[in-house]
Amino acid sequence: MTIKKFNYAKAYYLFKKIRSTEEKIIEIYESDVIKSPVHLSLGQESIAVGIALASNKKKDIVFSNYRSHAHFIAHGGDYKKMWAELFGKESGLSSGKAGSMHLGDLDINFIFTSAIVGSAISEAVGYALALKLKKLNSRVICYHGEGAMDQGTFWESLNFSALKKLPILFVCENNHLAIYSEQKKRMKTLNICKKVESFGVRSIKIEDNSTKNIFKYAHKALQGIGKNSQPVFLEINTYREVDHVGTNYDFELGYRKKDKQQLLKNLNELNYLKEKTKNFLQVEKKISKEISDALNYSYKSNFPKIKHIESNVTKE
Amino acid sequence: MSYADAILSATKIMLKKNKDVFVFGQGVDDPKGHYGTTLNLHKDFGNNRCFDTPICEESMTGVGIGAAIAGMSPILVHQRMDFLMLAMNQIVNMASKIHYISDGKLCVPLVIRACIGRSWGQGAQHSQSLLSVFAHIPGLKVIAPTTPYDVKGTLITAIEDKNPVIFIEHRMLYKNQGLVPEGYYKIEFGKSRILSKGSDITIVGMSFTVVDCINAKKLLLEKSLKAEVIDLLSIQPLDINKIVISVKKTKRLIIVENDWINCGISAEIISRLVEKYKIKFEVKRIGYLFTPCPTTAPLEKSFYPSPEKIATLSYEMITKKKNWTPKKIKTKEIEEFKGPF
Repeated sequence: MTIKKFNYAKAYYLFKKIRSTEEKIIEIYESDVIKSPVHLSLGQESIAVGIALASNKKKDIVFSNYRSHAHFIAHGGDYKKMWAELFGKESGLSSGKAGSMHLGDLDINFIFTSAIVGSAISEAVGYALALKLKKLNSRVICYHGEGAMDQGTFWESLNFSALKKLPILFVCENNHLAIYSEQKKRMKTLNICKKVESFGVRSIKIEDNSTKNIFKYAHKALQGIGKNSQPVFLEINTYREVDHVGTNYDFELGYRKKDKQQLLKNLNELNYLKEKTKNFLQVEKKISKEISDALNYSYKSNFPKIKHIESNVTKE
Repeated sequence: MSYADAILSATKIMLKKNKDVFVFGQGVDDPKGHYGTTLNLHKDFGNNRCFDTPICEESMTGVGIGAAIAGMSPILVHQRMDFLMLAMNQIVNMASKIHYISDGKLCVPLVIRACIGRSWGQGAQHSQSLLSVFAHIPGLKVIAPTTPYDVKGTLITAIEDKNPVIFIEHRMLYKNQGLVPEGYYKIEFGKSRILSKGSDITIVGMSFTVVDCINAKKLLLEKSLKAEVIDLLSIQPLDINKIVISVKKTKRLIIVENDWINCGISAEIISRLVEKYKIKFEVKRIGYLFTPCPTTAPLEKSFYPSPEKIATLSYEMITKKKNWTPKKIKTKEIEEFKGPF
């Protein structure tokens, strides 16, 4: 079993790329080239980066949700096609039929996401079942929010994964918010890991947003899953910077206070990774070029032909 | 071979033919083996190929979808159609849309077997058909075979189909016998079946009401009236052409829903006939009363369509007279059924 080393330069590249992408979306959103809802990952970048760096890009299967930009970028999904998909263009991941809420790229085993909270969790478990039945030495990584844990299907799926000893890593990004509803308004007991443990699934709580820390725990967990075929659950505290959907800050709505410390913490993490990256200027240049290339590509691409609306409803 | 044995036979053939096929659902490996349709598969093929599940329809459907997109061919079995309502999120929001959302890159070769209950007090929640509910959704295929021959052939087709298939069986049909080849054969979806030729009226049935239609046809012979009986078989895709050809000939159509009429399959068939084809024809619909299904026998009996109702209506449509009451015909499937489930 190879022990991976945390690569600061890669981490900085991915973190910065996610952040710059989301910032670019905010910048152009008013021009209405992205005519569909976006759920931004700002504030939650370190989770995607830490997990992705710990994963095996060739073999692991990734299930995400409608807040998937960070996951998609971190795991190395086709960046140009992602942008083109946001633009609704035929050169997009799904020819524009999917949009931000349903990103997917099978070249990196990133399964097209669902916009129904918690709905892909049982599918992730089903995929893990298939891996086990086919005796494939891969693992499923299933991202979800703590909001998905309000759903019965989360617990049903968790139970089944434990019962069948399936190779799956649940990654709970706990931003403590479901749209504008706090976790404590929705759950009597907030100790998520304790609940998960009671289902016979090992759980680990990560309190801070250290990318390296997340990488370390995820790497160890994934190695264990590969070896023993057992589910593991990670709960990672995080902070959603902007509105649930759309590109604005939502502090003026009054349901939550602007947590300057949290906002700073995320920027500090980004700066920390930058400090550890010798050639950060080159990294930043590369990201700028990737963004402008992807935007050019997306602006220039055509919309899908109208007749395409009826294709791929069923498989022939 | 019985309808139940035909299902078992199709499943065994496919388990042998394709190592990616597996069967799962509540009680599939229990001593009754879902009315014999999954009996001892776990012994013959191992616990990885046929296994029981926790009682959580939504998530087990998701598990089936997840395994299907990973390249397997799962068969998920439900004891009653009514329990599929717990899985509607997965069926409607996920299974039916994944192929489209991925623009053809993923597909969901999942078979969901569900059994419609009827008779001996199944009551409001063990008796629903809900055929049109599923037929309403793009991306799903809906099949409701009536004969042992068709159930085997369409199940094999369903398992080999790359799309989610809602495969609808009927509790009253499991014991019915018919000629069924031992080996592998497929029956194409989107084709209905003409079970008897006739020129006076077209009667379309689906699932169990096909049995009622056949019995009604027998009753009409007493009056020398010849009914053409069509077993719809494939609900989605729908085979409208056979009905068109038949109705052009008979000019009269009765559609017997194995379901409530409201917003049902019969409305869809009639709409298509009227919209696209210039045929002058008379049409009537028969189906469940628009109430939940009552449990007590006398009410339950009048809830359902019957051969007598179909025959009487046919006679009136053909002759324009109301002077015939058909004799009672025994529907053995219903009368001999004594439960318990």
